[in-house]
Amino acid sequence: MLELRNVNAAYGNIQVLHDINLEIHTGEIITLIGANGAGKSTTLMAISGIVAVRSGKILFEGASVHKLPPEKLVSMGICQVPEGRHIFPALTVMENLDMGAFLRSDTEGIKKDLEYVFDLFPILADRRNQDGGTLSGGEQQMLAMSRALMARPKLLLLDEPSMGLAPLIIKQIFEIIQKINKEHNTTIFLVEQNANQALHIADRGYVIENGVITISDSAENLLKNQDIQKAYLGI
Amino acid sequence: MDYFIELFFSGLTRGSIYALIALGYTMVYGIIGLINFAHGEIYMIGAFTAFIVATVLSIYGFPLLAIVVIAGVAAAVWSSAYGVTIERLAYRPLRQAPRLAPLISAIGMSIFLQNYVLLAQTSDFIRFPELIPEFAFMEPVAHIVGSSDMVILVTTAIVMIGLTCLIKYTKIGKAMRATAQDKTMAVLVGINVDRVISATFVIGSALAAIGGMLIASHIGQINFYIGFIAGIKAFTAAVLGGIGSIPGAVLGSMILGLTESFATGYVSSDYEDVFAFSLLVLILIFKPSGLLGKAEIQKV
Repeated sequence: MLELRNVNAAYGNIQVLHDINLEIHTGEIITLIGANGAGKSTTLMAISGIVAVRSGKILFEGASVHKLPPEKLVSMGICQVPEGRHIFPALTVMENLDMGAFLRSDTEGIKKDLEYVFDLFPILADRRNQDGGTLSGGEQQMLAMSRALMARPKLLLLDEPSMGLAPLIIKQIFEIIQKINKEHNTTIFLVEQNANQALHIADRGYVIENGVITISDSAENLLKNQDIQKAYLGI
Repeated sequence: MDYFIELFFSGLTRGSIYALIALGYTMVYGIIGLINFAHGEIYMIGAFTAFIVATVLSIYGFPLLAIVVIAGVAAAVWSSAYGVTIERLAYRPLRQAPRLAPLISAIGMSIFLQNYVLLAQTSDFIRFPELIPEFAFMEPVAHIVGSSDMVILVTTAIVMIGLTCLIKYTKIGKAMRATAQDKTMAVLVGINVDRVISATFVIGSALAAIGGMLIASHIGQINFYIGFIAGIKAFTAAVLGGIGSIPGAVLGSMILGLTESFATGYVSSDYEDVFAFSLLVLILIFKPSGLLGKAEIQKV
């Protein structure tokens, strides 16, 4: 479904991604793990068209997409929940969700998806007229994910969904990620520092170090890999 | 008492015109964080466009109402074209640059437009046709509030209500608020930010042009320099109310208009600017973010 071929990206003169190769198939949950500053978020921003690709290719459903503007990518079904959630603070929960469906005009479909996300996160339905900025961290993460779902994504990019949340909420969020993946057959690309949680729900994983993909394996093998255990799982 | 009411209404009229201009400042600031110093010139160009169109139409003997509507629309459209073009040429290429660069670019644009109109229209004051007649039904109160004051107040009120609805309920309005609050996320949900910014300039410019036409007809004369003074005053009003806040711009404008009007009426017209800017200084000392502006909270 999504393929990165020798992707290089840079901020000014500082190259962040070096020849990244990645492949994600329809229906999978793929995780990208790595330390702070390894290039995880940059990889997602490159896929979303925010960070320019210097060389290499990004293919989505067979078509080359790395030169397309971000709004085109959203309309094709690539949606991102960025790190730090980025809720519109002075828009209500409802308006935030409306913005998620910004490019859609099928009123019936939007209504159905709205019911679906309220079903996933009933708390959002209770708070629908409240400003996004007044929600707690966990609720904001739920809203951020729901907003992305309102665009009816084929590929959902999640950047550190567990950041700054209580363990109980993290568990709930990860359960929902699995549920979205199964019920809607939504492909998920999950970037996490919380490697342990991520690998437990993922099919496969990649490890990124200093902008280079160093390991690619099934999640099961990665969990058993001694280097990974030492570096990322704290075992 | 009549004198007080008269001053009150003339203050509201002034305030309405400031508000129509101040909204452009505050909306553009809200969305790209730039003080658009060329905005006063947009207002001036609106007044000139209305003047040219109204003069031509009156030569052909159009009825007054048709002249007002057509001149107003033409002024709004033409000024919007200027606003969007200025953003394209002078601000968009500098969007990633340090904040000082687009500010200087804006001042440059302002000077350029002033001189361009100066060359095309000379520096003489031009008599502006009276577009608003004295209404018969206003006769009993005409000594306190004139017909053109009334038209300006009503038009401004309608425009404000329209703008509020646009920003609150329409898709483009929500997109404008979203873009102002978080540009990166706006891009990620598929909003074309460039288009939203252009729309903001269109709305701001159209409002300023309408203000320009109304006040020109009220005062009866225009020249190339009117945009500078009005621009500075409206900018003051926007800062007074809290720059970036739409209700703040309206409130600030009304307070400024009333202050000037009362200062002129009870003290001397020589002192109107002293009072207006003293008020600004006081508010900035005691509430630096303006009356309705939010102090920026930096979350770390």
